[in-house]
Amino acid sequence: MDARLSEQVLVDVAGAGVRRDGRWLVEGVDLSIRRGEIVTMIGPNGSGKSTTAKLVTGVLKPSVGSVTRKSGLRIGYVPQKLAIDWTMPLTVQRLMSLTGQYGKDEIATALAATGVAHLAQAEVQHLSGGEFQRALLARAMIRKPDLLVLDEPVQGVDFSGEVALYDLIGKIRDETRCGILLISHDLHVVMAATDTVICLNGHVCCRGTPESVARSPEYLSLFGARAANALAVYQHHHDHTHLPDGRVLESDGRIVEAHEHVHEPEGHDHRHV
Amino acid sequence: MITAMFDDFFTRALVAGIGLAFVAGPLGCFIVWRRMSYFGDTMAHSALLGVALSLVLDINVTLGVFIIAAAVAGALLLLQRRNTLSTDALLGILSHSALAIGLVVAFLSGIRVDLMGFLFGDILAVSVIDIVVIYLGGAVILGVLLAMWRPLLAATVNAELAEAEGMRPDVTRVVFMLLLASVIAIAMKIVGVLLITALLIIPAATARRISVTPEQMAIASAFAGALAVTGGLFGSLRFDTPSGPSIVVAALALFLISVALPARLWRKKQEV
Repeated sequence: MDARLSEQVLVDVAGAGVRRDGRWLVEGVDLSIRRGEIVTMIGPNGSGKSTTAKLVTGVLKPSVGSVTRKSGLRIGYVPQKLAIDWTMPLTVQRLMSLTGQYGKDEIATALAATGVAHLAQAEVQHLSGGEFQRALLARAMIRKPDLLVLDEPVQGVDFSGEVALYDLIGKIRDETRCGILLISHDLHVVMAATDTVICLNGHVCCRGTPESVARSPEYLSLFGARAANALAVYQHHHDHTHLPDGRVLESDGRIVEAHEHVHEPEGHDHRHV
Repeated sequence: MITAMFDDFFTRALVAGIGLAFVAGPLGCFIVWRRMSYFGDTMAHSALLGVALSLVLDINVTLGVFIIAAAVAGALLLLQRRNTLSTDALLGILSHSALAIGLVVAFLSGIRVDLMGFLFGDILAVSVIDIVVIYLGGAVILGVLLAMWRPLLAATVNAELAEAEGMRPDVTRVVFMLLLASVIAIAMKIVGVLLITALLIIPAATARRISVTPEQMAIASAFAGALAVTGGLFGSLRFDTPSGPSIVVAALALFLISVALPARLWRKKQEV
């Protein structure tokens, strides 16, 4: 199984799709994550980002296609919207040992690496959004993962905290050479550190290095101005909508079966407004 | 000498109750953390159906209660998958219909059942065998809980995270439900089906304010429960009240004390 993966590839997803209750949650996903690579997955709500992440982590099995993981792949995971009930007393220190046992020194080192060493004794419920995300990153990194999966890691963090967190994620990649899969709804901030951007809308509808995307005239007209504006909200408009029954609503109002609907390989008239 | 000690019904009840509290405390913490108190209540109510069926079929009551409580938990898991009604409504249906069917079966069977004893607990009914069952069963329950502590705690904090990092939250959940069914089966004689949930939840809530880690809370909860059992049983003896309600009243008193004491007092302990 591993023979198919080159030394550097951690996960390879090929033509994978997940079908539930007669509906495709996501289909036609091809992606691979290499050691030291940051892959950012963007897309609107319900576009299959979480489903794809679950394919990568192995929580979901693909209905079609294949997912090949490097054997013994160790995953560190930072979930979206982790709300810890007040009834559970949990210090940052204790949070660190959630899925494995670690010594005090290891914990202190991991917390220092994400800049929250001083909060070891604080209760997690008292942390700010940014502090909590840093604690969660430290918790994922103490596992020394091959692959770090981050689901909307800057949610609930203010803009300056957001930039600092992305810097930290880039630093983690540089220092540990782990692969990173980052799920985001926000393109312009992640652009800097990302190696590959994959845009999902029920299927992979565009992908490329941020540079290649950024050099394209469409991108410049769409994101150039916005990227300069720190508070801009990225909106992703597709030229078609995938209906719940699997058919596709084209921009001209036609409803066609999925197999009749063609995604153009390069141009894909996505209007990123 | 030990056998002579257990000759006294009150000593038997005390020993049984304290043993139960040490099992219920840690398990109760998970019920509080996972917001499952109504679920615990539903399983406990179904215990009466278990009692009635055991008597009709002439099988061991503790075993019968365990089977029915586990079956009700399984039924809930299956119904939840169908997504027809909210969990809340499903629990309401299961809880009260199990209780009602239990009462109807008990009535129809014509077996003379001390209903009050099963509903509210009966310290007079605790036998040496019961004590053995509580301590052996309790040791197994705590052993399993200890063995799966980390995955269960991780799944309680975030199931997705636990799953992504290679744990099996679905399996731990089923095992946890079986543990809960076991506790209910052994707790029934002491506190009665209507009040088992209270013995699970109130000591855990009491322990919350004096704990800074989940493990501390589990241990503190066990001791709070043991204290409530002791106080409640003495009260029950003194005022000739049913044991279950007396224990719950004592547990409530402890909880109120923990709430009333200033937070600063606890905080000092935390900084040690």
